[in-house]
Amino acid sequence: MKPRHKRFAFIGLGLVVVVVATWLVMNALKSNLSLFHTPTEVANGEVPKGRPFRIGGMVEDGSLKREGDGLTVHFVVTDTAKRVPVTYKGILPDLFKEGKGAVAQGQLAPDGTFVASEVLAKHDENYMPPEAAAAMAKAKASGAQQSKSLVVPEGRKDSL
Amino acid sequence: MIWSKYSAPQVFYPLAGRLIPWFAAVAVLLMIVGLYMGFFVAPTDFQQGESYRIIFVHVPAAWMSMFLYVVMAIWAGVGMGLNARLSFMMAQAIAPTGAMFTFLALLTGAMWGKPTWGAWWVWDARLTSELILLFQYAGVMLLRTSIDDARRADRSSAVFALVGVVNVPIIYYSVQWWNTLHQGASVSMATGSKMAATMLMAMLIMTIAFWLYSIAVILARVRCVMVERESLPTWDEKPAAMSEAVEAR
Repeated sequence: MKPRHKRFAFIGLGLVVVVVATWLVMNALKSNLSLFHTPTEVANGEVPKGRPFRIGGMVEDGSLKREGDGLTVHFVVTDTAKRVPVTYKGILPDLFKEGKGAVAQGQLAPDGTFVASEVLAKHDENYMPPEAAAAMAKAKASGAQQSKSLVVPEGRKDSL
Repeated sequence: MIWSKYSAPQVFYPLAGRLIPWFAAVAVLLMIVGLYMGFFVAPTDFQQGESYRIIFVHVPAAWMSMFLYVVMAIWAGVGMGLNARLSFMMAQAIAPTGAMFTFLALLTGAMWGKPTWGAWWVWDARLTSELILLFQYAGVMLLRTSIDDARRADRSSAVFALVGVVNVPIIYYSVQWWNTLHQGASVSMATGSKMAATMLMAMLIMTIAFWLYSIAVILARVRCVMVERESLPTWDEKPAAMSEAVEAR
């Protein structure tokens, strides 16, 4: 083995050690690196007690209710398995919609309601013109497309 | 190996000089085409309206920030393995451009986050790991400038760059591994594209433009690094002065 082969082997070995070490640290920190907890985690009591945390999930269809003051809103965050009712007083982001993702920061009240101090909208990775989205919604309503995702089917991309 | 002759700075310097204008010209051209397509041809998005259009700068910048880090780490590794000066010079030349793209990705991300998410910044895994990448670029550059001896500076910053390369897959997969506010990848090798065709086209053109821009700027910078390190007059302009300076050693 020439000296430079040795050096390359040494660099390679060093990189492997660093990767393994990082992987171990990441695994140990797994839950701490997530921005929010899911409603299932809330239901299982896997959330910090007595201090603020974030929950994330879909805003359940038909759950959004506004109070008379126009600022206080009630909605339900769900991960399709469990539901958490949320109360928030403030202005919601433009992209906050029923059936879309949201992340709320706040605390659990004793009655199980999540009292949010900040609500963020989480948008997805699909981008398409409104006409395509409308056509897709129509197709979905008629049962033509059963897929839950909004991925543009291969053959129809050109028509967008 | 014919290519090895280009590892000599005296040969590489004029070659780089000849290539720079071509890369720069095509980069500018593609940037104009890409931005025009992005802002005027690509359709409005069904959810985000017009604000999504920052994607045409944000995503290519973020891709380049990760790609350039890997390229920098490879040059650093080759430099360590072969003791090749030019490799270290390439690594040195890449760092500022990589840092610029990282900053651009963070800045455009913040500008995008406010109207869509409702926040300029959140400490989710994607945003935090990208911020760490900016610190890594800064670390590589600082380590180099803080050590006077060029050989030691090269090696220290190369080790730093190589260790930091683990962050690149972390940035890329952060949106899959953890719950993040940042959305998942719209374009990936595994699942294809989740964007309308013209949007994707504009984004890819911008990516190629940024890539060619990076090559042009990095080649220009590596020429400066060569002149600076070898304390020589610029090679292709004053060949006589150069050979004198080389002979004087």
